[in-house]
Amino acid sequence: MSLEVNGHKTYAYTGNHAFDACLPTVIFIHGAANDHSVWALQSRYFAYHGHNVLAVDLPGHGKSAGDALNDVATFADWVKALMDAVGIEQAAIVGHSMGSLIGLETAARYPAIVTRLALVGTAIPMPVTDALLETSAANDHAAYEMINVFAHSPRAQIGGNRLPGAWMMGNSMRLMERSANGVLHADFTACNSYRGGLDAAKKTKCPVLLILGQRDLMTPPRAAKEAAASFSNARTVMLDGTGHSLMSEQPDAVLDALIDFLRPKNVTAA
Amino acid sequence: MPAPKTYQLDTLSLHAGQQPDSEFGARAQPIYFTTSYVFPDTDHAASLFNMERAGHVYSRISNPTNAALEERIAALEGGVGAIATASGQAALHLAIVTLMNAGSHIVASGSLYGGSHNLLAYTLPRFGIETTFVKPRDVDAFRAAIRPETRLLFGETLGNPGLDVLDIPRVSEVAHEAGLPLLVDSTFTTPYLMRPFDLGADLIFHSATKFLGGHGVAIGGLLVDGGKFDWDKSGNFPTLSEPYEGFHGMVFTEESTTAAFLLRARREGIRDFGACMSPINAFQIMQGMETLGPRMQRHMDNTRAVVAFLDKHDAVEQVVYPELPSHPDHELARKLLPNGCGAVFSFELKGGRSAGRKFIESLKVFSHLANVGDAKSLVIHPATTTHYRMDDAALRAAGITEGTVRLSIGIESAEDLLEDLSRALRASQKA
Ligand SMILES: Cc1ncc(COP(=O)(O)O)c(C=O)c1O
Repeated sequence: MSLEVNGHKTYAYTGNHAFDACLPTVIFIHGAANDHSVWALQSRYFAYHGHNVLAVDLPGHGKSAGDALNDVATFADWVKALMDAVGIEQAAIVGHSMGSLIGLETAARYPAIVTRLALVGTAIPMPVTDALLETSAANDHAAYEMINVFAHSPRAQIGGNRLPGAWMMGNSMRLMERSANGVLHADFTACNSYRGGLDAAKKTKCPVLLILGQRDLMTPPRAAKEAAASFSNARTVMLDGTGHSLMSEQPDAVLDALIDFLRPKNVTAA
Repeated sequence: MPAPKTYQLDTLSLHAGQQPDSEFGARAQPIYFTTSYVFPDTDHAASLFNMERAGHVYSRISNPTNAALEERIAALEGGVGAIATASGQAALHLAIVTLMNAGSHIVASGSLYGGSHNLLAYTLPRFGIETTFVKPRDVDAFRAAIRPETRLLFGETLGNPGLDVLDIPRVSEVAHEAGLPLLVDSTFTTPYLMRPFDLGADLIFHSATKFLGGHGVAIGGLLVDGGKFDWDKSGNFPTLSEPYEGFHGMVFTEESTTAAFLLRARREGIRDFGACMSPINAFQIMQGMETLGPRMQRHMDNTRAVVAFLDKHDAVEQVVYPELPSHPDHELARKLLPNGCGAVFSFELKGGRSAGRKFIESLKVFSHLANVGDAKSLVIHPATTTHYRMDDAALRAAGITEGTVRLSIGIESAEDLLEDLSRALRASQKA
């Protein structure tokens, strides 16, 4: 769907479904220099299984207009504005990498609107190396090249994709290359400067799921440990042999963890 | 800080797209010789059909052996993915039908493999798709031939039969200015000699029958998507950017930002036209690709030796090879094909048809047949075989003469090839 948020044309993938006020909503938030398509399989599943789905393109990313925002708090306010624009009061949020920080900050700022929070490939805090900050500031292609290697497990760099005929390394490179100049650096600035993560974790009231890749070099699992212990109600699913690109490296395992976390359980007939 | 390295061609040729089999640890790529796949449960089945989960349903649409091959060629080309097809012809057809409808138009190089020319010049017009052919060296002619209904520019990396080098950087610029993609047939060059996506091409196809397989045992095609073309922005491709009734109203450019083309090609083209590759062929082509680098280097070493030999030989009027200064694309070839201009080329024998016949019949190592890109050296004399009904004027119009001989240089011992050619050339001049 295409809508206006804070005066900018904004795109959210809905899995071909019109919004249904009777259904719960899941918001999927992508990471740095990515767009909604990183959630293709998972978001489509929920759209066809009893949920409204908003897999957003963040401002300045994908099909959404506006400048890229360079801090997590502003992104969180944007998520609230998005929900207002769509007219929903509550949603579950699933975020990857930078998107996980945005989800976390949204849950801390607006506890009443976030029902559940899934953090996929997260580190709290999420420092970014000087090499990546510098190369991204210079819009140097080397930044994408570094990310592409760091963000895929050794196995994923060889391939054997579950999605027939898709070459993961090529896909993720081409997706990043679509970003306008400055977008990656703004995203990394947002990640690097976000200091409130552990406080936000303590403030978060809703159930939290962390899905981590055991071989993730971008957001290594140990970097999520302290935060995981700071939530009042959090569970961690660790995916063996998986790098930072969890949704493409292990699409079914990520989906199964999300289904288990988000699907209403023990629904009793009225 | 230097960017960390990704794997290079020879490593990817052996490994890309394949992990040791999880059941038994098989190191070689297993041949999944099956039509279909058992669903764990009905929910899982529904999710597979609806593209909510990754996996295989039916081998016309996808197969694990084919998928490994598809991933491997995509890795070698630096694309986002690929589809294996029944033949090179099927790959070209799949690219075209995925992009356009009746009423659409193609601008193509006139120097094409005969089969591609037949499809574009005679067969597709029956379905309302017209092609304008232009001289591949004339970049402005590509531009001038573009019409509002044009949907594709197409050429071979090395054209047939004169080895015209397609100026991919400039032709792709013309295409992109018009919001159109450039498709190239990279059969003669393979990713070892050229990576067309790096030069500006948007889609690549191969007749994998040729150098990729290398053994001459399996027919197959590969269609690769570079993932750079912006189908939405172009506005020329409603098959990709508007809802498709045939798949629950899916909008392919919403579903996949980088691989919308491949998604439609698989979900419609392979599904409905059905020109899929057999997993046996996929295995055989992968076996060939494992040695692509060493083979291509040997093809090039032998080709250079043969070209140098023929170029100096008294019985030879002319050798047509872009590495020779006499070739019109010599400079362009130095830029785009520094590692070689392929192993298929023609030369002009003195003495006309009878010399040609004698030459062919005197060869012992070269096989006389209608194929190229085998590990074995091949030869054909068009004036006495494929084009034997044509008079000299008609031959000339097709870019050949009665003395034209086409060679596909294999990877035998170079001395044996030179000796074979030397003897046959001598015999031809006694005719
Ligand atoms: C340059 C070129 N393209 C395409 C093809 C067609 O490929 P196939 O025979 O695999 O259908 C050929 C076959 O000779 C070829 O030489």
